[in-house]
Amino acid sequence: MTEVSAITTNIQRWQSAAALLAMVLAWQIAASVAADRLFPGPVQVVSVLLHEAVRGDLLYHLCISLARVAASLGAAILIGAGLGFAAGRSRRADVWMRPWIVLLLNMPALITVILIYIWLGLAETALVLAVALNKIPNVVVTIREGASRLDKDFAEMAELYRFGRAAKLQHVVLPQLAPFFLVTLRSGLALTWKVVLLAELLGRSNGVGFQLQVYFQNFDVTHILAYAISFGVVMLAIEFGLLVPLERRLLAWRR
Amino acid sequence: MATLMLRIRIEEKTFPGDDGQRRTIFCALSLDIADGQVCVLTGPSGVGKSTLLSIVSGIDREFRGSVSGRAPPSGMLFQTPRLLPWLTALRNVELAVPGRAPDAARWLAAVGLKGHEQDYPQRLSGGMARRVALARALAVEPALLLLDEPFASLDEATAQAMRNLLQDSFAKRRPTTLLVTHDLAFASSLGDRVIVLEGSPARIVRDVAISRRDDAGSARFKLGSPAQ
Repeated sequence: MTEVSAITTNIQRWQSAAALLAMVLAWQIAASVAADRLFPGPVQVVSVLLHEAVRGDLLYHLCISLARVAASLGAAILIGAGLGFAAGRSRRADVWMRPWIVLLLNMPALITVILIYIWLGLAETALVLAVALNKIPNVVVTIREGASRLDKDFAEMAELYRFGRAAKLQHVVLPQLAPFFLVTLRSGLALTWKVVLLAELLGRSNGVGFQLQVYFQNFDVTHILAYAISFGVVMLAIEFGLLVPLERRLLAWRR
Repeated sequence: MATLMLRIRIEEKTFPGDDGQRRTIFCALSLDIADGQVCVLTGPSGVGKSTLLSIVSGIDREFRGSVSGRAPPSGMLFQTPRLLPWLTALRNVELAVPGRAPDAARWLAAVGLKGHEQDYPQRLSGGMARRVALARALAVEPALLLLDEPFASLDEATAQAMRNLLQDSFAKRRPTTLLVTHDLAFASSLGDRVIVLEGSPARIVRDVAISRRDDAGSARFKLGSPAQ
């Protein structure tokens, strides 16, 4: 990094921090002016958040929701990547899949969740399936794009040098699909946790979504915001603790 | 008499043209290459020399005809290096010779890239990347070696070093080789035979055996004399 770009990055970091601080301040001032229990300030929300975290309830519900996000996203990526790869490599497979993908892409998450709950009951597998079904079409579309752009020159080279199937997958195909997997993982995380919360709210008796429903019934805005912030913090931690290092590692050769 | 190895029979090879019509590249092209023979292919740009290499290598199967007598392994220096950009130079060579990492390193050193083993292709110059690809082609100890303009984009000193490397390598082990080049002086020093392609569809207009003067170690063409 040059000295100038390092200075620019530092300035941008300070600007982001200042913007965040300004938002918190504005929130605190607005809450003080409103002086209403339905509009708590950041200090109140953070103290509830810490209390909930220490007491144990928040961490328990948070872990349950995260496990559901992981299971649903994992299933969606596994199934979606397989289908997307087939669609990207075979015109016939693409033609067969296209109407299904368009239909599922435009299906509101609420409808999928309700229908799956009705058909399979209010069970854990139903939740995972419903959430995965919401994400699968996005994975298919992204991976299809990547698979259709696989470099023919590399495939020919691998064929000439008689790479084994595993070596071809590991060293030729997957590295080309890595940026597409990163996109699908990042957008998938954002979509999946929202749908998981919705599905928990509609049909589960634990998880962040369920807790939000309880606090909604009590009009307990402080707790609703505490849970929302906690989930946001966890997602930021996943982004910077997991996805960014993963991206750096996978795309190290570009530097 | 050497054993006949490669029998290339191309009844027809076409490509889609810009006007939507298919353009015939080869029509009734027939070529036999003896085992261990170094065959230099030359001719004007776009005549189909690289296409012929792709057909002989087996990666282009979209033609009417047959190529028989091809024994693995094959090594090929493509027009572009075709190095996997996410792997280091060493790993690129190693992948072609699994389990023979020291050989990969030795060939990289032989093409003058000692110290660049851990460099990614995008950190290498065009000429260096080409040398990695040449190291890969030679490291597999090919029975069939296909070289498409091996000295293109190399500076003169490096090109000369690569010519010497090929000559040394062929002195020890001489795979059946098809070499596309415009460098006929080099071709005469290394090749057994020069084939000139011309026209559309391309046909063999010259098939010239090269005889060597043992005393000087150099060679000259015997224009017009058939190779077989």
